[in-house]
Amino acid sequence: MKKANLRVWVFVVTTLFGTLLCIPSFIGADFFAKVKLGLDLQGGLYTSLAVKTDEAVEAKIKSTALGFKYYAEKNDILIDSLKIEPVSFSFVLLDKEAKPKIEEYFKEDKGISLSYNGDMILVSLTPEEVALTKEYAVGQAVETIRNRLDLFGLAEPSVTKSGSDNIIVELPGVKSQAEEQRARELIAKTAKLELMEVDSDRIDALSMSEEDLKATGVRVLADYKNPNEKFVVKDVPVLDGSMLTDAKVGYDENGQPAIEFKLNSQGASIFADFTAKNVGKRLAIVLDDKVYSAPSIRERIGGGSGQITGHFTPEEARDLAIALRSGALPASVVMLEKRSVGPSLGADSIEQSLIAFVSGTVLVFAFMVFYYGIAGIFANIALISNIVLIIALMAMFNATLTLPGLAGLVLTIGMSVDANIIINERIRELLRQGVSVRKAIEDGYSNAMSSIVDANITTIIAAVAMYVYGTGPIKGFAVVMTIGILVSMLTAIVGTHGLFDALLSKIEKSKNLKLWFGIPSSYLKGVK
Amino acid sequence: MELFNNNKVYEFMRLNKLIFSISVVLVAISAFLFFTKGFKLGIDFSGGTVVQLRYDKTPDIAKIRALLDGSVLGRADIQTFGDKNEILIRFQASSAGVTKDAGDIVASILAPSGKFEVRRVEIIGPKVGNELKEKGLMALAVAVAGILIYVAFRFEWRFAVAAVIGVAHDIVLTIGGLILFGIEFDLTVLAALLMLMGYSINDTIVIFDRIRESIKEAKPIDGKYDLSYLINEAISRTLSRTTLTVLTVFFVILTLYLFGGEIIHGFAFTMLIGSIAGAYSSIFISSPFLIWFGYDVAKAKEKEAEKLKIKIEKEKMRAEFEKGTV
Repeated sequence: MKKANLRVWVFVVTTLFGTLLCIPSFIGADFFAKVKLGLDLQGGLYTSLAVKTDEAVEAKIKSTALGFKYYAEKNDILIDSLKIEPVSFSFVLLDKEAKPKIEEYFKEDKGISLSYNGDMILVSLTPEEVALTKEYAVGQAVETIRNRLDLFGLAEPSVTKSGSDNIIVELPGVKSQAEEQRARELIAKTAKLELMEVDSDRIDALSMSEEDLKATGVRVLADYKNPNEKFVVKDVPVLDGSMLTDAKVGYDENGQPAIEFKLNSQGASIFADFTAKNVGKRLAIVLDDKVYSAPSIRERIGGGSGQITGHFTPEEARDLAIALRSGALPASVVMLEKRSVGPSLGADSIEQSLIAFVSGTVLVFAFMVFYYGIAGIFANIALISNIVLIIALMAMFNATLTLPGLAGLVLTIGMSVDANIIINERIRELLRQGVSVRKAIEDGYSNAMSSIVDANITTIIAAVAMYVYGTGPIKGFAVVMTIGILVSMLTAIVGTHGLFDALLSKIEKSKNLKLWFGIPSSYLKGVK
Repeated sequence: MELFNNNKVYEFMRLNKLIFSISVVLVAISAFLFFTKGFKLGIDFSGGTVVQLRYDKTPDIAKIRALLDGSVLGRADIQTFGDKNEILIRFQASSAGVTKDAGDIVASILAPSGKFEVRRVEIIGPKVGNELKEKGLMALAVAVAGILIYVAFRFEWRFAVAAVIGVAHDIVLTIGGLILFGIEFDLTVLAALLMLMGYSINDTIVIFDRIRESIKEAKPIDGKYDLSYLINEAISRTLSRTTLTVLTVFFVILTLYLFGGEIIHGFAFTMLIGSIAGAYSSIFISSPFLIWFGYDVAKAKEKEAEKLKIKIEKEKMRAEFEKGTV
């Protein structure tokens, strides 16, 4: 009798606990953990991106070249024909005595190796440094995108690294296609800011081939609004966005939104030196390889701040400032996979699943009562408890409920009563053999046990395979199925057993096996 | 209520040759469909683009087709999706651009076709498609291997192989059904197939468990055991359970199929066929294989007796040891 009490208590307590914990999920209150809905149910953007890590390596070699050039100029080392290649750069050293100085300059940097070919010096990145740069680029891209999305203002964006050079972005709560596109623009904007010297002596560059351009050390860039307007700029930028400390929305002299940026002290001094030396020349403000403006330098500019003007809408200016402030992406990204669901579709999916869920439940409930009588009601109580506990546990462990997960919940109704069917069939079998009610229940449960456990474990094996090799929504399905099966061991076996035990004396007294177990009396006559 | 006379032993194994040939024919048809018609692979596995739009009134499909004809995305496959105001557009091509993707392109091309809302955009690059395909096959293989090992461990190898043959039979027939009805094979269908494995093996295990029990209790007739009879008896005893569970599962899947919405259709359809195939194969495929594999009841009982003897001996020794007589 004591054992029976224990079973009922365990069942009642866990069910109450489950009911309490699943209330927030149903009424949408915030006071406790709620079930997190998948992007396919609440609407949102899921995308998997690949970082073009080669670009990061290229950028690295470029900035090394830039730093070196600055050093050479400062120390009056004469160099010529600075050429930048994918993982190296080369230059010709004009004054031979400066060689030790150059070796000294690169000595500190472990990731660089020098080689000589006559007067030409080749500076290249070591393979380890290349690998490290790539890895760092992915990590930095994750950080940068995360920062940008945090500033974008949608709740709970998630940005994670996946594999060696992929990034998964999940953005729930996107309200419209337009907003989604804005978010995507923000994610993918390289936001590579460069201040470049316009080379007005090289108008001939406009008709040059790609190779000649490289050999000459200039680039041709287009205006951002008018692609036909071209600028010839020096290949090596004066400054880049890595020296930026802040960017915010301001207004230009015409009252148009513009982006104001501030440089760090190193950037500010380079900027001041450059403007002092190049009064009268034009400086192009280049963002993601497009020229936004190219003002003439009228005087030395100290203080290290500047402005990017253009015909921005306030939103564009705001997103651009966010992008610049969170830093440039170390390399551009391409899309490998995207799944985007509008909020209305998610809501429809929830509604349809709920209709299926309720009608499925009603059918199974009716069937169980019709076939098994009160034993069927016990199974139904266990089933309700099972569903409630699945939701409570998912809320507790912060698991995500997806559309296939909801389908799994519907499926659970059909599958978890299986344990009760097996048990009830066993009990009936014993009753038919004339065994006493008490013994029939005891033995019915123990006889059914091995079947139920084995059958459940094989289903869990399939669910685990699904979880390990599945992606997003399918994982959600596997989670619901696994929790459902595990919980059903408690509710369908321990719970119903407890209920039988608690009412045992009543069952024994009533002798109405049709009422309690749904056995037609005609069947029992033959036995007795 | 009772569905079957529980005191009767139905002679399932007598039917096994007939039923088995039916299964062979069905499997052959499925294989034929697989190699001729083949899967309609969803974009999850083939890569491509799906755009789901809902118009404010019934859209003019011909006009949409004309607008999309010759777009950069290539040939479009357009169909209504659930509701008559809703359409699903499919492209073989995917796009790698993040800021302007295939969904944006479709939306701008179709702007003249009426007012609509973009409800879903899925773009799967070829690399991801292949990866998902590989992972899917891995999941199936791992699940089969896991089940095989578990059943072999709990029963014995003949039971395990027979059970897996039953599961394979169900998967093949279900796949045949999917191809026949032109259901798109996507991730949810794969999930359904995996679930089906677990479910189909469920039925088999309940019957096998009962067969094992029958064998334990079996008494020899003229010094011999009748395995067919024992199997028939086990199946008959579990027949109500098998039928009832199929019914409850079938009920819920049917509601899912009818009310669950278009996106879950493939999933529900797969389970619908599979749940019936699962029960059928447990009775008519997996069980007779035990006979065909030459499962020997007498030997099994000998082994069982041996085990029992060892156990008793061990206990005796332990008891003596505890008493301190050794």
